[in-house]
Amino acid sequence: MIWNEKQETMPREELEVVQLRRLQAQVERIYATVPYYRQKMNDAGVSPGDIKTLADIRRLPFTTKEDLRKNYPFGLFTVPLERVVRIHASSGTTGQPTVVGYTKRDISMWAEMMARSLSAAGVTKSDIVHNAYGYGLFTGGLGAHYGAEEIGCAVIPISGGNSKRQIQIMKDFGSTVLLSTPSYALNLADTMAEMGVKPSDLKLRVGVFGAEPWSEQMRQEIEKRLQIKAIDIYGLSEVLGPGVAIECVEEQHGLHIMEDHFLAEIVDRDTFEPLPVGEKGELVFTTLTKEAFPVIRYRTKDISHLIRDVCTCGRSFYRMPKVTGRTDDMLIIRGVNVFPSQIEEVLMKCEGVEPHYQIVVEREGSLDSIEVQVEVSEEVFSDEVKVLEGLGKKIQNDIKDLLGISAKIKLVEPKSIQRSEGKAKRVIDNRKL
Amino acid sequence: MKVKQVAVFLENKSGRLAEISHCLAAANINIRALSLADTADFGILRIVADDTDKAQRVLKEQGFTVGITELVAVAAEDKPGGLDKILQVVSKTGLNVEYMYAFTQVSGKTGMMLFRFEKPDAAVTALQAAGIKVLSGEEVHAL
Repeated sequence: MIWNEKQETMPREELEVVQLRRLQAQVERIYATVPYYRQKMNDAGVSPGDIKTLADIRRLPFTTKEDLRKNYPFGLFTVPLERVVRIHASSGTTGQPTVVGYTKRDISMWAEMMARSLSAAGVTKSDIVHNAYGYGLFTGGLGAHYGAEEIGCAVIPISGGNSKRQIQIMKDFGSTVLLSTPSYALNLADTMAEMGVKPSDLKLRVGVFGAEPWSEQMRQEIEKRLQIKAIDIYGLSEVLGPGVAIECVEEQHGLHIMEDHFLAEIVDRDTFEPLPVGEKGELVFTTLTKEAFPVIRYRTKDISHLIRDVCTCGRSFYRMPKVTGRTDDMLIIRGVNVFPSQIEEVLMKCEGVEPHYQIVVEREGSLDSIEVQVEVSEEVFSDEVKVLEGLGKKIQNDIKDLLGISAKIKLVEPKSIQRSEGKAKRVIDNRKL
Repeated sequence: MKVKQVAVFLENKSGRLAEISHCLAAANINIRALSLADTADFGILRIVADDTDKAQRVLKEQGFTVGITELVAVAAEDKPGGLDKILQVVSKTGLNVEYMYAFTQVSGKTGMMLFRFEKPDAAVTALQAAGIKVLSGEEVHAL
């Protein structure tokens, strides 16, 4: 079902008119209200009046996570805090988290984006929605919640964790829709098997999964083990949260971008030059209607491309295939963003630990696991087991404190981690995404 | 009074021990005593050699992480109760033992205990005061 037929099936020519009008208004407002953006535009020699066509967007400077950090916490908000009704923040990044705000209108726009997304997945008001995305600073839980309520579903705000209880509730309440990260969906499937609960004991029929990269193969596994349709959803807090793009249940092929609210570009990952539709590069988003925290040409570092063909579902929005790669070395471990540099920072703070390390990521069963291999230098070596085990424990605790994830620490012999020429290979990702 | 031990860090990988023994053999180093501590992920090989410095050097050259530790060597009678006599003293004086290992020199005559004490100097004093024979480093390395 299409939630907002008029907008979502709008012919491209009309859509482009809407996009341009909104872009011009957005750029004007940002220029007038945020000194940081004004400075950047002045430096780039562009003023709001220069945006005469959609193609003129390429004259505007990019926004990166670095810009967001520099303006921590509220420096890029375009409205006074009295108008902000919600604040979210990203998890696990070096130094400052990135903080985003929403006005009342932003929240209702977001609810509509999520209502459109869930509708595209086939969710209707008669559904019972089991929302296992984390509630809190993370945008997943509340973002999905508002969308499901907008449709009129009965929402179970279960949040993450305690899998056995989740399954009991799905069984007792007759949940028909599951919202979670894909890895958590598989974790639930494992727990069901342990508890002797069969898919036929539940009423689940569809799941909408996002917040971490997942493969086609993982989709097949989820669909088989839970006996549901598994739909991919895309979003990022800097742009909105979940609901920026969604797969339709008809095709399950590429995610429709909500183009009336978010302008997508694909740029060359090295030169940042815009690429024609169809070519693969870095996804860049410009928000068209956001009030509290708009972004201009935000570089997501996610790799994808745009699909122009009209979809059988009737939506006219361009689609983007599943994001499976990034331009940087960020890892997403159980929904948490992890940069190898953060692990390095922890190691460097442990006296005597060598700057040689390697991160090995595996997907064991349904959960991601991360192992950090650390070379044992003479400085930290001891003839006593407890001292070495204590070192491993300390590194583990420090990583947990910083990133909130449990890493396994493996002490290895010096020089056993491969030295590469130039850029060291820090990460071995065996998840086959 | 103390004995020098060479400790080597070992990953749990097949063939690593043989590489160490080969390296020592090639350098003509004799092993007096050894013990291996193992955990799920790594091991620590502890060796008392006839030439500690040389053993340390050749192992380091092979890229191993090596540390030198001081142990206290105690002679024990190789008969029932020989070890107990020593451990009773250790226990009564409240000495903290990190680990120990033992070997016999000539069966039925003398055994030797190698102790890694938390406080080796205090341990030597206490053991000697209790009339237990503490062997010197020279004695042990030259065995």
